[in-house]
Amino acid sequence: MTSPLWAATGRLVGRRMLFAVPVLLAVTFGVFAMAAASPFDPVKAYAGTAALRADEQTLERLRANLGADQPFTSRWWHWLTSALSGDLGESSVMRQPVTQVIGERLVWSALLCAVAFAAAVVAGTVLGVLAARRPGSLLDRVVTSLAYSLEAAPVFWLALLAIWLFALHLGLLPAGGLTDTASEQVTAGQVARHLVLPAGVLAVSQLPWFTLYVRQGVGDALAEDPVRGARARGLSERTVLLGHALRSGLLPVLTLVGSRVPELITGALLVESVFSWPGIAAATVEAATSVDFPLLAALTTLATAAVLVGNLVADLLYGLFDPRVKFSDM
Amino acid sequence: MTVRRIRAAAAVATLVGAAACSAPGAGAGSEGAADSVVIGVASEPDTLSPLLGYGKDGNSKIFDGLLARDADMKLTPALARSLPKVGDGGLTYAYALRDGVKFSDGEPLTSADVVFTYRTILDAKTNNTARSELDAVKEVRADGDDKVVFTLKYPYAPFAGRTVLPIVPQHIAGNQDPNTGSFNTEPVGTGPYVLTGWSKGEKLTFKANSGYWGGEPKVKKVTMAVVKDDDVRATRLRSGDLDGAVLPPNLAATFKGDGAKTTYDAKSYDFRAVTLPEQNKVTADRAIRQALDAAVDREAMVDKILDGAGRPAYGPLPSDDPWFARGIERPQDLAKAKRVLDQAGWKAGDGGIRARNGLRASFTLLYPSGDKVRQDHALAYASDAKKAGIEVKVESATWEVIEPRMKNDAVLAGLDSSGDPDFGLFTLLHSSLAGDGFNNMGRFASPAVDKALDTGRRSQDTDTRQAAYDTVQRELVKDPGYTFLTHIDHLYVLADRWDGLTTQVEPHEHGFASGPWWNLQDWQPKR
Repeated sequence: MTSPLWAATGRLVGRRMLFAVPVLLAVTFGVFAMAAASPFDPVKAYAGTAALRADEQTLERLRANLGADQPFTSRWWHWLTSALSGDLGESSVMRQPVTQVIGERLVWSALLCAVAFAAAVVAGTVLGVLAARRPGSLLDRVVTSLAYSLEAAPVFWLALLAIWLFALHLGLLPAGGLTDTASEQVTAGQVARHLVLPAGVLAVSQLPWFTLYVRQGVGDALAEDPVRGARARGLSERTVLLGHALRSGLLPVLTLVGSRVPELITGALLVESVFSWPGIAAATVEAATSVDFPLLAALTTLATAAVLVGNLVADLLYGLFDPRVKFSDM
Repeated sequence: MTVRRIRAAAAVATLVGAAACSAPGAGAGSEGAADSVVIGVASEPDTLSPLLGYGKDGNSKIFDGLLARDADMKLTPALARSLPKVGDGGLTYAYALRDGVKFSDGEPLTSADVVFTYRTILDAKTNNTARSELDAVKEVRADGDDKVVFTLKYPYAPFAGRTVLPIVPQHIAGNQDPNTGSFNTEPVGTGPYVLTGWSKGEKLTFKANSGYWGGEPKVKKVTMAVVKDDDVRATRLRSGDLDGAVLPPNLAATFKGDGAKTTYDAKSYDFRAVTLPEQNKVTADRAIRQALDAAVDREAMVDKILDGAGRPAYGPLPSDDPWFARGIERPQDLAKAKRVLDQAGWKAGDGGIRARNGLRASFTLLYPSGDKVRQDHALAYASDAKKAGIEVKVESATWEVIEPRMKNDAVLAGLDSSGDPDFGLFTLLHSSLAGDGFNNMGRFASPAVDKALDTGRRSQDTDTRQAAYDTVQRELVKDPGYTFLTHIDHLYVLADRWDGLTTQVEPHEHGFASGPWWNLQDWQPKR
């Protein structure tokens, strides 16, 4: 039983990876084209405020040095060929190799996203189950309406609200940064304290989706035959709810896990900028506005890969949990 | 002198006592520790490598130049033993290096490091945006281990002012690409402070360089926190998270009643002016220019827009600059504005807007969007111009939009001319640089000004130079191709824990290098 399953899984992963190649090519090409068409000038962005007093000769020299005078297609091809040989190039705006820029920041973004995502899934499931247990109850109505309101709330607005309440008004938590301003070392305790607000806001912004899906899934499952059968056999309500209803009610949530990844990434970009979290968000914004091709391409590739992997993981989980689904059909 | 020495000795004693008492790891942030400071600034440098332009005007903390500027902006020796010997009719500048200077990694400074620094910056492959400031340099060479000689292409009187540029160690920076190498983020210099960490977009931390040739600084730990938003910076200053910060006038005013903090009001060379393009038929007209110059109420702008933190600008140089041409100060004179326009044939037309031969006295004034101070200046300017019968249509735009339009439309520019009058005035006014990038944005052209600028740049004689820059400023009154509005003060609020803090007369760029912390290494803790 196991070996055919593993083989099927392997085939699915392989197929998806093959499929990812044209997607990544198209996405990076599209990013280069859009950046080239944007009104931003890479040379001015590179020089920063100094550009506002630079002479034409200096700007031309920089343009040639940065390779910004070449058409974007040849720059894309150049980037692609060197990226395939393992050289991601150098970020002109950060004055650092791209790998270093990403290496320094990725871990903090990953930490933020992972904590927020885990919190959103767990809290969403708990709230969803509680709401689904008695549809129409006070708890259900409160949870559902709260979820709809949060779904409509922009994440940066939530972030500013959280800063105002917890950092300025109550003074409980730091308003931003990774550590205290005066601190030199990055200690786990400080990071944990500074992580609460950004991760909390990001989790809250994702929470309604999970809550509503779980509520719907579990609510439907509670009305199905297996649950009725379980109740008829005299199983405890707890076992019925968690063992039977939740198990089948969670299936749609697995799809959600995959499809929420892009939202999580965009949400993280906004949250990171509001809380001055030293993740890849600031780098992404800067790379985009300064038409820093190598950095922008690497970051887009990373984001695209995250989305593709998210979808793959969701499909794999679905296949594992629902015997009706065959990997060969995906 | 003795008083200061006693005070310094006492301060050291207190410091030693404090250090002995404080628990290890307590560090900064604890209220009142005078050996550390946390400063909030609005922006951070793009790079910390002088090869790409960091610290080119001095005060770089991590590095020293051959020369430095003191509180009065006078050049003083730093890595050089004395001011340079100028020879060959102003074509050679020879610097003897100070003995026993070491980089913070322990390696000694030699003339090879100086030569390496200048040659790398002058290399066309190095992406230094300010390379043209060293245009005059033909060659730089070492003369033994402790002497450096610069040879210039033409006699360039203010050249010594350019040598405040920081010197980097060849044994580290020489082994990497200056554009992307790790030296950009992990600099090593001879300066009073050593970088201990840089979390981009968040903060930079420094510790005192115990082997500093000028003596180890009393303030041992410095944090520069990068807080873009003015309101957030003010809030963090109030909460005690920051010890000091650069603030706009209205926010600085909220700290007036705070007894534990002092507000520093730094005079500056930073001016706001309206460019009047030569290619626009209206703004190129001398009568229109003179009328605008007479119609603007500079005093009101200082009072209303800057809350008094600034001075009226009667030309590019501030009125207390030694190079300022005495007697060009002039009050608002609406009657004169109207008279000039009447005489030149600009007759009042419909809506009170004047016209001449069918040409309406009307032009567009652009300002960079999001800049509140420039917006206020632009609106006040338009309303003053209206009173004289000139229509100014104010529009906001990003620099991407402004740049192609600045040859025809007026722009509310923010510029400076610090260090030496040549540095700012030549690029602002010389017709050979008209429309060259952002130099001489309005394409101002005046043979008399060109001639005076050339004289001021080449002559070594102070009186001749003074006369030349007098001419430039008086010509600008006769033909005001720019309407100079205000010189803006820069405001800083800082915890009151140190003695004898000063501010320099500051350039346009400020906050990181300028401010009361320009000479952090000399701060003395208060008793």
